[in-house]
Amino acid sequence: MTIRGALVLTAILCVLASYRVIRGPTEPDRVIGLDAIATNVVAIAVLVALLTDRGLFITVSLVLAIIGFIATVAVAKFLTEGEVIE
Amino acid sequence: MIRTTLVIGLVVVGTFFLTVGTIGLLRLPNVYNRMHATSKPTTLGTASMFLAGFVHFGPGAEGLTALVGILFLFLTIPTGSHMIARAAERIGIPFVEGVTWPDPDALERPPEGTRDERAPDSGDSRRYETGANRSGEPGDAED
Repeated sequence: MTIRGALVLTAILCVLASYRVIRGPTEPDRVIGLDAIATNVVAIAVLVALLTDRGLFITVSLVLAIIGFIATVAVAKFLTEGEVIE
Repeated sequence: MIRTTLVIGLVVVGTFFLTVGTIGLLRLPNVYNRMHATSKPTTLGTASMFLAGFVHFGPGAEGLTALVGILFLFLTIPTGSHMIARAAERIGIPFVEGVTWPDPDALERPPEGTRDERAPDSGDSRRYETGANRSGEPGDAED
């Protein structure tokens, strides 16, 4: 019951962080919002693993964390130099 | 019984930290402050969730995967936040007024950082200009 409530609250937090993605004044604001959403999605995957007693979703959360880190670094490089791969 | 209590306590702590980080993301006034507010509490909150997973699944395969996830978060989230902040400063987003660098001479910045939108030719020329300045032009070495 507590885990289900935590799932609902973390999903609400993802929606609230999307406000900063939509109405950020600058581009790095939007990147920060997307990074926060990615970390919340990692937490959601761990909560699903706790809710369903299935250890597969912890591996899923690791993969999501790796993808979020690569996306953050790529977008930061794009903002700095205007291109990701030279 | 005690395992269920530990899992519930860690999940509550994790959701508290994630909520604090999102409130800071929504209400702080600047890019750097928002980055500061979203990096540390989300790290702590998600690490607490992973610890709840480790307590729930025990020291088997999934529990060790959760510990590897904690290590990965503590390595990567500060790196990503630092790269975002460096990109924001490189673009030229100003600080809150009253905040300055401790030593302005020790800062390498591009020749002119535009405020909101980059110049249309800034993709290649700026990088080549900074490379030329770093190799030392005869104009800036007069002692």
